[in-house]
Amino acid sequence: MSVDIQIRDLVKVYRSAPPAGAMGGGARPGPLPTRGRRRRPKIEVTALAGISLDVPKGSMFGLLGPNGAGKTTTIGILTTRVRATSGEAFVGGLSVAAQPQEVKRQIGVVPQRPNLDLALTAREILVFHGAYFGLPRATIRQRADELLERFQLTARAGDMVRGFSGGMAQRLSIARALMHDPQVLFLDEPSAGLDPQTRVLLWNLVRAEHQRGKTVLVTTHYMEEADALCDRIAIVDHGRIIAHGTPAELKAQVPGGYVLRLRFDRVEESLVERLRSVTGVREVRRDGGEAVDGDAATEDASTGWLDVYADRGGPLVPELLACAVSQGLELRDLHIAEPSLENLFLHHTGRSLRE
Amino acid sequence: MRAFFAMLARDIHVARRNLLPMLVQTLFQPMLFVVVFGRIMTGSGLMRQEYKSLLLPGIVAISMIFSGIMGVAMPLIADFQYTREIEDRLLAPLAPGWLAIEKVVAGMLQALIAGAVVIPTAWVVMGSGIELSFSRPLLLLAVALLGALLAAGLGLVLGCSVSQQFVGLMFSLVLAPMFFLGCTYYPWSALTSFPILQKAVLINPVVYASEGLRAALTPHVAHLPVLGLLVALVFFDAALLYLGLQRFDRKAIG
Repeated sequence: MSVDIQIRDLVKVYRSAPPAGAMGGGARPGPLPTRGRRRRPKIEVTALAGISLDVPKGSMFGLLGPNGAGKTTTIGILTTRVRATSGEAFVGGLSVAAQPQEVKRQIGVVPQRPNLDLALTAREILVFHGAYFGLPRATIRQRADELLERFQLTARAGDMVRGFSGGMAQRLSIARALMHDPQVLFLDEPSAGLDPQTRVLLWNLVRAEHQRGKTVLVTTHYMEEADALCDRIAIVDHGRIIAHGTPAELKAQVPGGYVLRLRFDRVEESLVERLRSVTGVREVRRDGGEAVDGDAATEDASTGWLDVYADRGGPLVPELLACAVSQGLELRDLHIAEPSLENLFLHHTGRSLRE
Repeated sequence: MRAFFAMLARDIHVARRNLLPMLVQTLFQPMLFVVVFGRIMTGSGLMRQEYKSLLLPGIVAISMIFSGIMGVAMPLIADFQYTREIEDRLLAPLAPGWLAIEKVVAGMLQALIAGAVVIPTAWVVMGSGIELSFSRPLLLLAVALLGALLAAGLGLVLGCSVSQQFVGLMFSLVLAPMFFLGCTYYPWSALTSFPILQKAVLINPVVYASEGLRAALTPHVAHLPVLGLLVALVFFDAALLYLGLQRFDRKAIG
């Protein structure tokens, strides 16, 4: 039997530095008061600005978003490690805030930053973890052996984990999270920093757990990964959910599906109008993410990027180009994106997830 | 409760694995002190033989407090800021406060072991002329337990308050004055000629640990009244434990 997750209007405002691991590279400190000599500047970071979410039983759910979007904070709250400023979260109907100990029995957590107990061997890590959950000795022994085997760690079971490679440490982290046979598995950026083979191995292991009936909630900033593995996805940005659904539903939300990013020596409103009238073009937007980067080109408002949402990619290029040429404009750069979650993110935020 | 003992078992397991470095780390410096002041200075006649009996309880106090702090504060500082190893236990189905209490119990064990090792070692190193008495076993037990709790409580508070980059400052600005002004190398009565200092050091809990050990081990040396120092120890223990638990909770849950 697996359990579901419900999140209602979660808000989290950090008033001191957020815990390591949460708020990755993209932490956005709020307005800092002028640096007084007497007082330390107060940090106020809104990590979650009101998130509501339903993760159905037995689903493989992906939280997709850039660093600093609030993914880790969401996981932190769901796993009882972070106290929400307001809002509620439930795991299998249990309130995370009111019944944390019961919730902890239901969940297995694989953190973003490896936190294996460096003073122990791989086997001891599993054994002690089982003991922390009060499992009987025989169960602990049997499950530890089984997990070491399944995660291909038996050969190194007696070694201290200090010398483990990133992939081994990550496998052991997942094995540890499964020791007490939780109903929900949380994985926070599980494949960050792993080589492609290890990533594939890791995902096969996670998928196997999902097939055993566990609910899996995974965060990632790799769109392809979320697209390929998750049956449902929520896209988060700046502490809000900007879209959610199945990967197919999400991709269908992008007008046309394809995105052609064009950069001209300058952009005129008449060009935008003409491009809009081209057959197959659904939407034309000025100034994509790059424009905010503050490079020299953006100083001149008439120079910049156009995002053309259309139902085709390459075949549309000659026609778009013809429009530009007829107006005496020069094409400087061109990028064609096939239908993807990336396009959806771009469509919602005007920024690229990859930046 | 099984989770609590599993956590304690983990700490004991890890401590046993690092037993030798741990003992050297906490005992080496006090032992140097014993050699220099308890042996060389007294042996050369620069200090009187009686000083040995004054010094020994103080050295025991230093060793206990130091090992309690090293055993609780240092792992906590690293855990909370850097390795995050403690997270696996914070995710166990047990209120975080119990983990803090487990850390305190583990720290107390370390402090008691340190004390139990230092007494005979220092005794042997200092040689003849030392007058230890074990005629007050109950008092010794009480002082040892309260002192160990003091050590672990201090460790908990410091471990949840000091960040990694200030560990050096913690040693020089907190621990060093606490040890030097903790009536460890001299009895409290020796401060009679410094009345202001004599009053001021009473806010230092280490004073009560060393004076308490003097009252228990070398009762012939002048020491603070037993009842008073026991009350003071209980007070400081309770205060540090309360403060430490609060800070731990704040550190444990973001």
